[in-house]
Amino acid sequence: MNASDQKRLLREMIFYRRFEERSFEAYMERKIGGFLHLYSGQEAVATGVLEVARCGHDYVITGYRDHVHAIKAGAPAREVMAELYGKETGSSRGRGGSMHIFDPTVNFMGGYALVGQPFPLAAGLALACKHKGTDQIAICFLGDGANNQGTFHETLNMAALWKLPVLFVCENNLYAIGTRIERSSAVTDQYKRVCAYNIPSSQHDGQDIDVVMAAAGDAIAHVRAGRGPYFIEFMTYRQRGHSMSDSNAYRSKDEERQWLERDPLKIYAERLKKAKVVTDKDIAAMEKSVLNEIENDIVRFAEESPEPRVEDLNKYCLDDQPDPRWIGPLAQGEQHG
Amino acid sequence: MAEIAYWEAIRRAHDEELAHDRMVIAMGEDIGVAGGTYKATSGLYQKYGAERIIDTPISENSYTGIGIGASMAGMRPIIEIMSINFALLALDTLINAAAKIRYMSGGRVSCPIVMRTPGGTAHQLAAQHSARLARMFMSTPGLRVVTPRGPLDAYGMLKSAVRCNDPVIIIEHESMYNMRGEVPDTETFRPLEGAEIVRVGTDVTLIGYNYSVHLCLAAAAKLAAMGISAEVLDLRALRPIDRDTIRRSVEKTHKAVIAEEDEATVGVGSEIISVIMEECFFALDAQPVRVHAADVPVPYNHELEKAAIPNADDVLAAALKVLGRV
Ligand SMILES: Cc1ncc(C[n+]2csc(CCOP(=O)(O)OP(=O)(O)O)c2C)c(N)n1
Ligand SMILES: [Mg+2]
Repeated sequence: MNASDQKRLLREMIFYRRFEERSFEAYMERKIGGFLHLYSGQEAVATGVLEVARCGHDYVITGYRDHVHAIKAGAPAREVMAELYGKETGSSRGRGGSMHIFDPTVNFMGGYALVGQPFPLAAGLALACKHKGTDQIAICFLGDGANNQGTFHETLNMAALWKLPVLFVCENNLYAIGTRIERSSAVTDQYKRVCAYNIPSSQHDGQDIDVVMAAAGDAIAHVRAGRGPYFIEFMTYRQRGHSMSDSNAYRSKDEERQWLERDPLKIYAERLKKAKVVTDKDIAAMEKSVLNEIENDIVRFAEESPEPRVEDLNKYCLDDQPDPRWIGPLAQGEQHG
Repeated sequence: MAEIAYWEAIRRAHDEELAHDRMVIAMGEDIGVAGGTYKATSGLYQKYGAERIIDTPISENSYTGIGIGASMAGMRPIIEIMSINFALLALDTLINAAAKIRYMSGGRVSCPIVMRTPGGTAHQLAAQHSARLARMFMSTPGLRVVTPRGPLDAYGMLKSAVRCNDPVIIIEHESMYNMRGEVPDTETFRPLEGAEIVRVGTDVTLIGYNYSVHLCLAAAAKLAAMGISAEVLDLRALRPIDRDTIRRSVEKTHKAVIAEEDEATVGVGSEIISVIMEECFFALDAQPVRVHAADVPVPYNHELEKAAIPNADDVLAAALKVLGRV
């Protein structure tokens, strides 16, 4: 990877961190409601995997911790922030919120709140790719906790059986809300759980974006070559609580400190500095430009955007312009049949 | 115009839609090599191949989810669930995903799936194979729910459901697959909305859907022999409900009976009575009467089963009651 791409990647990760922090502030100001699940600490996973995928071409789907996945997949950050604000200009027109970002123009097929639900949806997207005969693949990001759902096993079975072009990315941050993985998963190494379905799998460091890109690159090549699904597990850690009202009482300060030392932004910045790709001054400039962009473009857009109109409450429930040939009403002559 | 069986009508709709659009696929348990539990997909595996007529493992929630995911990427899957009782396993992907994705994406992603599944009691299949459950689906925004009463609608509504951009649930009936009826030889679409007056009358409106339309028709014939003119209304769609047709009929007859094979609580009958109250309360000459199943899991024993499920005489008795003849 050349130096300018490396710089871009570092800036992207800084951007994602600051985006999440800024949305936290907006939440505290009550400009954002509902649940808000931040991605801070896990940036290298989505950034690295999607860097080596073909965004806009491949399908991407994930759970509720979805802002960064959506933006890296190609959704405009302004629209994602506007969605958090519940505005009409948001990715989902203010109907979805933080957990339900969608942007089908770049094949980002959504964030979902039901833990484990995206597994089969991803396999379905992959089935469509296969059926159309394109070289697209589907990429499904989910947490470690999701692997305890029936959909995990059911979907892995069918994905393997039908050789679907789907990459399952497990972001193992060791916790499902407050339950540590040893207390919920009989086998804690998640990549081992898929061997029952004859799906190749591997486990990697999720804090080092270079490791992520190399491993994901191989996995994607496998899937794109038509060799069936692949399951890749990245070990990572969320630096904040599960959602907004989480004191992290279930984990030790020691553990948190250890993982903070392995902050993905820090690891990458150090590496680029050592390789003389960036200087401290460059990084300070990046930080400044990121904050400026977030404040003066992204947040401003969200703040100034209009709210959805209450008159449009019932819009989008069903197709708003249905074809009368399929829908009706029943013509007079068709009555008394 | 040929007379064909309900299952043949479904198969013909599949065949035509599969031929019309390569994005149409069918998926479900035993629908391919085995030809379908009710033969509704027989011969299609041989004609369209394993890639389009997909035999699934017994994983209702996830194969429904796979159909939904495929539909989000432009496919038109017809998903068969062997029995509506098993559809309970698919409620997460159906109700939490398919029914909500259009709305929560601000109209940007749609899920044009069709789910076909038989409800209803057959012959002594006992509690875990005899649920009706239409009321559960009809209360979910984001879905369309239709209930074909015979081969014509079974054929024409399936075709419309495949073309329509919304998720459509088609509730069939275990006991109706061999029922025969006329279907035009030329391609025909039947709309997914709109109730239908299937027998014109003036004295009382008998309202049914799917199987219970036939109970209403049988009761109407007996009433005719007694000199009473009953109008029979087939709801056809349980979601959305055609309020206008119900209102117009009740304004004419001033009396209503609602026949459902399901239990009464929070059911089709309660919903239709609410519609009548809201639309034409002052047109009523008598309080509406519901005909419905006993409030128990369906029993195995033949006599108990018969007692649990309404029949045409129950509809007749209800009609006589609203007419003040008992
Ligand atoms: C079906 C379902 N059950 C429970 C919940 C509540 N819940 C939300 S997130 C979560 C933990 C999921 O953990 P994991 O999959 O590891 O993802 P992470 O939050 O760590 O990214 C739970 C239990 C839910 N949203 N959906
Ligand atoms: Mg987790």
